[in-house]
Amino acid sequence: MNAPAETVSSGFRRRLLALTRKEVRQLLRDRSNLMMGIALPIVLILIFGYGMSFDVKNSLVAVVMEDHSPTAIDAIAGLPLSPYFSPVMVASMHDAQLLMQQDQIDGIVRIPPDFSRALAFGSARIEVVVQALDANRARTVEGYLQGALEQRVVVQIDRAGGHLSQAGPRVGSVTIEPRMWFNAANNSSWFLVPGLIVMIMTLVGAFLTSLVMAREWERGTLEALFVTPVRPMEILLAKMIPYFAVGMVGLILCLLAAAFLFHVPMYGSLLIILLCSVLYLFVALGIGLLISSVTKNQFAASQLALLSSFMPAMILSGFLFDLRNVPAVVRWIGQVLPATYFMELLKSLFLAGDLWPMIFKNCAILLLYAVLLMAATRAVTRKRIA
Amino acid sequence: MNTTAMFGPFRRLFNICRKELLVILKDPANRALLLLPALMQSLIFGYAATYDLNHASYALLDQSHSRASTDLVMRVDGSGVFTRVATLSNESQIAPIINSQQALIVIHIGPRFEQLLYEGQAAAIQVILDARNSVTASNAAAYLGGIIEQFNEAWRAQLGVAKSPLTINMRAWFNPTLDTRWSFLPSLVATLSMMQTMLLTALSVAREREQGTFDQLLVTPYTPAEIMIGKSVPCILVGLFQSTVILLISVLWFKIPVAGSLFTLYCGLLMFTLASVGIGMSISALSASMQQAMLYTFVLLMPMVLLSGLTTPVANMPLAMKWLTSVNPLRYAIDLIRRVYLEGVGLGTVLSDIIPLLIISAITLPLAGWLFRNRLA
Repeated sequence: MNAPAETVSSGFRRRLLALTRKEVRQLLRDRSNLMMGIALPIVLILIFGYGMSFDVKNSLVAVVMEDHSPTAIDAIAGLPLSPYFSPVMVASMHDAQLLMQQDQIDGIVRIPPDFSRALAFGSARIEVVVQALDANRARTVEGYLQGALEQRVVVQIDRAGGHLSQAGPRVGSVTIEPRMWFNAANNSSWFLVPGLIVMIMTLVGAFLTSLVMAREWERGTLEALFVTPVRPMEILLAKMIPYFAVGMVGLILCLLAAAFLFHVPMYGSLLIILLCSVLYLFVALGIGLLISSVTKNQFAASQLALLSSFMPAMILSGFLFDLRNVPAVVRWIGQVLPATYFMELLKSLFLAGDLWPMIFKNCAILLLYAVLLMAATRAVTRKRIA
Repeated sequence: MNTTAMFGPFRRLFNICRKELLVILKDPANRALLLLPALMQSLIFGYAATYDLNHASYALLDQSHSRASTDLVMRVDGSGVFTRVATLSNESQIAPIINSQQALIVIHIGPRFEQLLYEGQAAAIQVILDARNSVTASNAAAYLGGIIEQFNEAWRAQLGVAKSPLTINMRAWFNPTLDTRWSFLPSLVATLSMMQTMLLTALSVAREREQGTFDQLLVTPYTPAEIMIGKSVPCILVGLFQSTVILLISVLWFKIPVAGSLFTLYCGLLMFTLASVGIGMSISALSASMQQAMLYTFVLLMPMVLLSGLTTPVANMPLAMKWLTSVNPLRYAIDLIRRVYLEGVGLGTVLSDIIPLLIISAITLPLAGWLFRNRLA
């Protein structure tokens, strides 16, 4: 009674082992696979850590002084001290505009001729122009400029004992004490690096596997596999195992870089981060295999994988643009993407800690995706055999 | 007789280009793949691309319960950006509501708020921000700062004190409302078309090689150079077509006005597409199978997109990375399109972008030709 059952299960193991060995060999034979699985994550880690940044530093700003009084000179004294700016003195507004058109500077600060006199009367004006070809950078520069200029004038007024503004009694004012939770230094690489893990897992999972089934269909070698005793599920599993390993290598590289290169804090537990990542890797592999089995054509598979993995994971998952700010329709599209849930998980796990309700909810959604995608791939593959 | 001899080479080229174009377009699924993704992505990403804060949830912890604090809160509520999702009663409630992402911000007004204001001191309110996304958090802080500034002005006016002696007039050139979409869509014209064009080019020769039809092409009277031109021209046409689709969406759907001349824009786009096709061709010549062609393309595409200025500005990068971007055609293309599209500069001004693109084409296209010949031999 026991013997047949045992042969069945050991047959499964033997076939799976043989198939997996074949897939591993096929994967290792082609250097381009390893380049994608290992070299690309390393390049991306360097780019994300050192290349991409929202933090403006040493922005070139032209200063046009049409008033040379000590008050006016003092008003811009804050600019060279700020780490955000490198001010350049320019003789006239005309020259400054030329520099702006040549894309040499990010902004212009103009102190009008009657500045010090007007300040004494309490109605001075400073003109600031920013170059807004990149809106987000322009907004940052604008904010920093406003801060640097206002602060200096406040210092002047205080030094003059309120004389400049002819103010009477001391007036109270509201100030803000901002507390940036989870990212006190407001360092953009802290939130870019968790995003990097999502990108790499999506790429390795969905992109590398999107070709594996399509290639066999296109070359007709899948039919050769079908006449052997292997079952569709075994073929799929054998295709997944090597790519799963490649994905794990990428993940470990990213985690090491996050901890030792970029010093991103890891408030959540490492075990949970690993578990969530494994879950997401299954989802990504499922997407790749499904694309591959449905299209049966390498060209179409590659285009679909490109369109469904890289750009959406970058733009719609909440990695760059906050989904809370986009129109509802786009938010729904984002919420259909499994990458969104993984992104939310990782950001919280790295920067906030183990928030159990969210972990359970998002993991359940990812698990559902993994099961559905695998079932769909299996269904598509089986249908073709009959 | 003479005319045939003169136009012969052109007819031959025309024929091979036509054949390659048919190969790309004969399959309805392929035709859809070349149009729909560009259309859908530019629409969806156009809406998604916003760093502008237009909705932020906040929770209030008001321990002052005074007229001044109510007035301040009314200003926050009335801004149209901040929506109150909860009113807290003590400090222990702050952490859960931020952690669970129910609120992006908690505004904490201390018990002595109004008293401090009347005493003429600085009355600090504590603002706790969820900085898991640091861009959103800084934007929210800046926006809130503006509201507080208005409150302070009103407070001074109420006490009959002169307003702040300094006004700073801010103006943004080329994008007056500082709309992220205005910067993003012109960049997408280059980015989206490059991704598909490069992949298409890289796969073109690789596919023939994998299917064994490349040998058939070689026994025809065409020279390798002619074959290469025949493969390149359809890809360039596809690239320009995709750019046009995205451009139309940007102008007609999102109503972003074109400041410069279309002629300059298309000159730039042609140079850029030529450079992308050159890179794609070189990859195609190097790879033995479609899989290799696709993976090499992707390994190149990702850093090119990430280091192009599409998402984070090139100016923020450290020096070494900036040097690296000097071989990236997308970086020049995005700069060129933004400047022609939004700033309206002429051909002479964007030469600094066009010349590097020409250099990239002048290196990659002959390289591809050389690689073909040497791998064929």
